[in-house]
Amino acid sequence: MDILPILSTLRRHKITALLVILEIALTCAIVCNAVFLIGQRLERMQMPSGVAEQELVQVQAASIGKQPGANARTQEDLAALRQIPGVTAATLVNEVPFTNSSWNSGIKLDPTQKQATLNATMYFGENVVGTFGARLIAGRDFQAEEYLDFDTVQKAQKVPPQNAVVMITRALGEKLWPGQSPLGKTVYLGEDAIRVVGLVEALIRPALFGGDATAQWTLILPVRMNTGNASRYVLRAAPGERERVMAAAGAALHKADPHRVILEKKTLEQIRREFFQNDRAMAGLLAGVCVALLVVTALGIVGLGSFWVAQRRRQIGVRRALGATRANILHYFQTENFLLATIGIVLGMALAYGINLFLMAHYELPRLPAVYFPVGAVALWLIGQLAVLGPALRAAAVPPVVATRSV
Amino acid sequence: MFHYYLDLALRSLKRNKMLTALMVLAIALGIGASMTTLTVLHVLSGDPLPGRSAQLYYPQLDPQDMDGYREGGDPPAQVSWIDGMNLLRAKRADRQALMTGGAVPIQPAQASMEPFFEDARYTTADFFPMFDVPFLYGRGWGGADDEAKARVVVISRKLNDKLFGGKDSTGQTLRINDAAFRIVGVLDSWRPAPHFYDLNTGSYSDNEGVFVPLATSRDLKLSRNGSMDCWGKGSGGEDNLEAATCVWLQFWVRLDSPAKAAAYMDYLLHYSQEQKALGRFVRPPNVRLNDLMGWLDVNKVVPGDVRLQVWLAFGFLLVCLVNTVGLMLAKFLRRGPELGVRRALGASRHAVFAQLLVEAGTIGLAGGIAGLLLSLLGLWLVRKQPSDYAALAHLDVAMLLVTFLLALAASLLAGLLPAWRACQVTPALQLKSN
Repeated sequence: MDILPILSTLRRHKITALLVILEIALTCAIVCNAVFLIGQRLERMQMPSGVAEQELVQVQAASIGKQPGANARTQEDLAALRQIPGVTAATLVNEVPFTNSSWNSGIKLDPTQKQATLNATMYFGENVVGTFGARLIAGRDFQAEEYLDFDTVQKAQKVPPQNAVVMITRALGEKLWPGQSPLGKTVYLGEDAIRVVGLVEALIRPALFGGDATAQWTLILPVRMNTGNASRYVLRAAPGERERVMAAAGAALHKADPHRVILEKKTLEQIRREFFQNDRAMAGLLAGVCVALLVVTALGIVGLGSFWVAQRRRQIGVRRALGATRANILHYFQTENFLLATIGIVLGMALAYGINLFLMAHYELPRLPAVYFPVGAVALWLIGQLAVLGPALRAAAVPPVVATRSV
Repeated sequence: MFHYYLDLALRSLKRNKMLTALMVLAIALGIGASMTTLTVLHVLSGDPLPGRSAQLYYPQLDPQDMDGYREGGDPPAQVSWIDGMNLLRAKRADRQALMTGGAVPIQPAQASMEPFFEDARYTTADFFPMFDVPFLYGRGWGGADDEAKARVVVISRKLNDKLFGGKDSTGQTLRINDAAFRIVGVLDSWRPAPHFYDLNTGSYSDNEGVFVPLATSRDLKLSRNGSMDCWGKGSGGEDNLEAATCVWLQFWVRLDSPAKAAAYMDYLLHYSQEQKALGRFVRPPNVRLNDLMGWLDVNKVVPGDVRLQVWLAFGFLLVCLVNTVGLMLAKFLRRGPELGVRRALGASRHAVFAQLLVEAGTIGLAGGIAGLLLSLLGLWLVRKQPSDYAALAHLDVAMLLVTFLLALAASLLAGLLPAWRACQVTPALQLKSN
């Protein structure tokens, strides 16, 4: 196909051609970035937690008024919860993944350091690793005699050395001591020197205010909670049993002590869904805008194509009378569209890069990977060709006899 | 003449219904998306207390030890009990209140209602007059109640509706956490957005159902929510927060003139120096006194996603406009012969331009109205979202006007180039070519 006649025709419709190019360029730039953002959100929603999400439920219960004997109350509660058929583990903890409420502390590698090395979250509770289903990959879990009551720890200014042990995540170990085994190393929490005895694969922190890069900076400490200082009961059960277990747990807690309020009963899957709901909504919105943009652009091309075909009926008729086949006419319009789309896409790529730079400066986004450029290009070529097909077919259907008629 | 142009425009638009619909739809979609996102941004970045916010200030001090000290760093976002109480008792501002958030179990008198938890604000008496909080019944408590740790409570209209069917409940008893409180006031509907006085409990959260004197809440050990930052010895437990080296309270002041604000800034500096001399503070004095809107800026309360959505929507509007310009241009150019006849019959270039602009304006108006309906739909969809600002997304009069101006400006802008290009026709050439 000879493109010179096409170029000479386009030169006579400069402004219109420029507008089509501009529209394609803008659409291409926005769609590239939007698809990239959607990818980012979807990836974030896949963030691993390190716990057995399909098997966990959280029941939150809060006492009314002053409760004497919180430790005994807690043990009774847990005994009642463990008796529920289907419950394989139950404990009372200070925090739960994806609940946006967390206990954090600065940690140091050297007690004389002026600035904390980093800020990590702290999970307290009996058998946190076993109940949550976190995977122990090195070292050991806590022994029964290592646990201290939370109230004792808070009142004592110093933790006895035999209790000063911690389990950390693999990511935190790698961050603190790159390339070394964290087992046996010491971290400092305030004045206390604490020895790393165990390493878990992952255990996400409940809130990500420090950024997603800090998601796995987690400490697990041998500290027992009671109903006076914690309200989150975590139960583990087979996925199919969760609903029943949740209802039974609420009833059991209420029965064990009617003088309290059951605040919330949720599966961890629900909690996770809610945690990422803004990302999901944003991804949906971006996808909607992409579709709308492509549709508007396509309809614009259809509209303009129709106009050009109608305008050039005589010209097409003459070409047909002089021997051009229907296929020639069809290809003419398809090539014309391809040319416009290509120029638009090239401009769009540059614009997409510019938009990405702007987003990087304002929204802490990474650089747009090059793979998105060909995806955007192919999408717009396809849309352009599909949109022009109708008008082009109509053009191909113009009979040669038109040439002999005056319009 | 306008009527005639309008008549011509409508005829022309009717002649090509699909194309007209396409142009109107493109403008409507662009306007609808832009106005939806812009309205959300407008609502979220609005002034929570119009007319009052300029006199409200949020003082900050730096009571931390030298651990983690960096020169030029920001002081903590809250105050400790000791500093809060010192500033409160000094009464150097026109109004001042010390507060924190919490949640309390409410035990309804009706046997039919189970106890439930309600968000609470523990504050000192000036909270209500300082923030101009509207009352439906009764009033707030006084400074004497603060001192006496009085068992008094102010409840929200919503809670009053739930517990007392909306009747005047002042003087009645409300059981909270096993203690009897006397209701002294019921608020009228009040939901400042953002929830400026405590951003720790959610920037756009609904306001609390229960307001209790801060001293009473400490006396009864009511449970506390929000963030707490400690250094040195730390807290030593919820029961000892009065002596803790932790910041966990918000302190607000009202200063009625800029001169008073400057004087208060001096006072904060002087206070810090004095505390340092006493040995309580160790860092060099580091104080801030942001006004309300400044404090919201510092905390970047408007979610980044919302701004991103506005950019996205305006990008979309731009594409829609370019699309409409293209279509309109093609359409106007195709009418060259008709315009040529009008020009030949004596219409000036000016008149032809005006005629085409009327046609463009008509499309814009239709697009604007459709866009307005779409933005109402869009805002309804936003309100269905689970985020805590969702319920705030409503169109106000200002945004309604902006919508129309935007629609009209957009379509006239879109019509300008095609109309100018089309009225350049040379009448003779157009007439001859047929």
